[in-house]
Amino acid sequence: MPEVLVFATLNGLVTGLLLFMLASGLTVIFSMMGVLNFAHASFYMLGAYFAYSISLYFGYWTGLILAPLIVGVLGALVERYGLRRVHQHGHVAELVFTFGLAFLIEEAVQFFWGQDTKNYQTPDLLDFPLFTLFGQEFSAYRGFMLAISIGIFIGLYQVLTRSRVGLIIQAAISHPHMVANLGHNVPLIFTAVFGIGTALAGLAGVIAGPVLTTFPGMALVLGSIVFVIVVIGGLGSLPGALIASLLIGLLQSYAIAANVGMPELLELLGLEFPRSHPLDDLWTLNLAQIAPILPFLLLVLVLIFRPTGLMGKREQ
Amino acid sequence: MKALAAKWGLWGGYLAVLLLLPQVFDSILAISIFNQMAIAIVFALSYNMLLGQGGMLSFGHAVYFGLGGFLAVHVLRLMEFEAVYFSIALIPLIGGLTGLLAGIFAGSFSTRKAGTVFAMISLGIGELVAASSLIFTGFFGGEAGVSGDRTFGPPLFGMDFFSDTDVYYLAVFWVFVSTLFMYLFTRTPAGRMANAVRDNPERAEFIGYSARWVRFISFCAAGTFAGVAGGLFALNYEFLTDENLNLVTSGRVLLMAYIGGLGFFIGPIIGAIILTLMNFLLSNYTELFLLYLGILFVLTVLFLPRGFAGFIMMHQTAWLRGRLHGLALPYLLTGLPALLFILSAVCLLELSHASEPVLHFLGLSLARDSTLSWAGLVLGAGLGAFLTARSTPRLRRAWEAANAPETRVGRERAS
Repeated sequence: MPEVLVFATLNGLVTGLLLFMLASGLTVIFSMMGVLNFAHASFYMLGAYFAYSISLYFGYWTGLILAPLIVGVLGALVERYGLRRVHQHGHVAELVFTFGLAFLIEEAVQFFWGQDTKNYQTPDLLDFPLFTLFGQEFSAYRGFMLAISIGIFIGLYQVLTRSRVGLIIQAAISHPHMVANLGHNVPLIFTAVFGIGTALAGLAGVIAGPVLTTFPGMALVLGSIVFVIVVIGGLGSLPGALIASLLIGLLQSYAIAANVGMPELLELLGLEFPRSHPLDDLWTLNLAQIAPILPFLLLVLVLIFRPTGLMGKREQ
Repeated sequence: MKALAAKWGLWGGYLAVLLLLPQVFDSILAISIFNQMAIAIVFALSYNMLLGQGGMLSFGHAVYFGLGGFLAVHVLRLMEFEAVYFSIALIPLIGGLTGLLAGIFAGSFSTRKAGTVFAMISLGIGELVAASSLIFTGFFGGEAGVSGDRTFGPPLFGMDFFSDTDVYYLAVFWVFVSTLFMYLFTRTPAGRMANAVRDNPERAEFIGYSARWVRFISFCAAGTFAGVAGGLFALNYEFLTDENLNLVTSGRVLLMAYIGGLGFFIGPIIGAIILTLMNFLLSNYTELFLLYLGILFVLTVLFLPRGFAGFIMMHQTAWLRGRLHGLALPYLLTGLPALLFILSAVCLLELSHASEPVLHFLGLSLARDSTLSWAGLVLGAGLGAFLTARSTPRLRRAWEAANAPETRVGRERAS
C-alpha cells in the first residue's frame, strides 16, 4: 500500500504541476483581458509538435528552447491580429474566436504532421531511473518535469511580484487606463503577456510530449481539464490555479491507483444487487473508471455552490 | 394587411419548398442530404435560441440533442420487441420531452449567470455527460452505440418508413412545426424578454423581470427543440453513438449557427444548409474539409461577426435607397481576384497534401513534382491577393457612397 501511495502522490504532483504550467498562463491572460482562451491547450500541442520536429534534426535540448519561443511568437501574433480585432464585439465573440482557433489548430496540425502518433522520445541523457523505491522505478525524466515545473513556478512568481515588469503587469490588470496614462503601452503589454502565456503552454507541451504521447487529440484531452482548473481555482487567481492544479492532479492519480469501487462499497454496507439489472453499470462502477469525469463533476459542483471558485474574488 | 400577406406568403413558400424539394431532386443521395439538413435546421435554430436570442454561449448543447436521440432509439427498440405500442410520427416528441427534462434539470442551476460562467458550466455538463456515456454502457451502448429499427411501428398514411423519403416527409412536418414554434417564441413576451436580458440584464431586472427565470425559459425551450432534432436524427440514422452528445457535435452546431448568422432568425437555417451542403459536396473530394471549415469559421468570426445573414442584411440600407447597383461593379472587381486567390490557395493546399503524383482538381491536372504547377499556383495566389488588395479601397468608397445619408444635392443628382 505505501508504495502505491508514494507513486500516486509523485505522479499526481508531476501531472498537477504540468497542468499548472498551462493554467497559470490561462489565468493571467484571463485576469488581464477577460477572455478565457479556449485555444490555450492547442498551443501546448503546438509546442509538443514543434519540439518533435526540431528534435529530429537538432536533438531534444534545442527543441526545448526553440519550440516555446516559436509558440510564444505565434501566440503574440494571434493576439495582435485576431483577438484584438474581435475584442470590440465583446467577450462572447472572443470566446467563440478562440474556440474556432482551437478547431483550426487541431486541423492544421493534422495537415502538417498527419493523424498518427509521433514517436517523440525522452532524451537519452534522462533515460535512466532516478531512484528505485519498493521495487518500482521513478524515471529521471519525470523528475526533470517536476524540476522544470517548480522552476517555472518560482520564476513566474518572482517576476510577477518582485520585478518592475511584474509590477507594471499587475497594475495593467487592475487599472489599465491609469497605466496607459503613465506612458506604458498597454496593448503591447497585453500582447506580450499573451505571448508569454502561450510560450509557457508550449513549454509544457515540449516536456509532456514524450510522456503523454504526441498526437492530434492531445489538446482536447488536456484542454477542458485546464479550464476546469482555472474555474475551480477562481478565475484570475494564480494561487487558486496552483491549488486546483495539484488537487486535480492528485485526485486523478489517486482515483486511478485506488482499487475500490461500488462492489467494495456495497459489500461494506452488506447490500447485494442482482446482476444483469438495467442499472448494472452503476453497481459495478469503480473509482478508476470515473477518474476522467471527476474534474467535471467537481467543476459543476463548484460552479453551483461557489461560483467564484476556491480563491476567486467575491462577486460584485 | 400587406405585411400579413407577405408573412403568410413567406411561411407558405417555406413549406412549399420543403415539400417540393424531393420532387425536384429525387436521388437517394439528395434525400439523405435533405434529411440531414432538416435535422441540422432544427438543431441550429434551437442553438440560436440560446446564443442568438438569449446571449448564452453553450459548449454543451449536444447533450440535449444526444439524450433526446438516445431515448428515441430506446423507444424504437421497445417497439421492435413489442413492449410498447407507439406511433413513429411521435418519436421526435419523445426526444423533445427528454430534451425538456434535461433542460429543466441543467437549466435550474446553470442559468444563474450568462457569459463566461454559463459557458463553463455548459462545457462541464457536456464533458460530464460525454464521459458518462462511455461508462454507462447499458443505456448509451459504449463506443459501439445503440441502434434501433424504425420499420416496426404502425404505418402512417400508408408510409411504413422503410425508405428515407418517408422519413423526409415526416421530418418536413417536424421541421416546419418546430420552425414555426421557435419563430412564434421570439414574438412572445418570454422571447422579447430574452432579447432584453441578453442586451442588458440589469435593466431587465430593474423593470421587474428575473433575468435568471427568463434565461431558464429560453434554455428549456432550446433543450426541447434540440431534443426534437435528436429524435429526428434517431429516426433517420436509427443509430446513435457517444459522438452525438460530445463536444464535436456541440462545436458543430455552434459553427452552423455562427456562420449562418446569430441574431437573425433565418441565420441558423442558412448556416445549417451551407454546412450540410459543404459537408456532402466537399468531404467526398478532399480530406482537408475540416481544415477549410476551420478557416471559414475563424474568418467569419473575424470579418463577418453577424454571419452570412448579417452580410446580406448589411445591404438593406443601400437597397432601400436604390443604390445597390452601384455596388455591383466594385464587388465584381474585388470578388474575382479574391476568388482567384482562394482557388489558388486551395490548389496549393491540396497539392501539398496529394497522395498521387498527378492531382486532378477543378479541371486542372497538376503534377506534384513539377516546379511549373507550383510556380503557377503561387503566382495565381499572389496575383489574386495583390489585385484584391488594390481594389478594396474602391469597394470601400462605393460602399460608403451607397450607404451615405440622402442629401439634397444627392437627390438632385439622382433625378
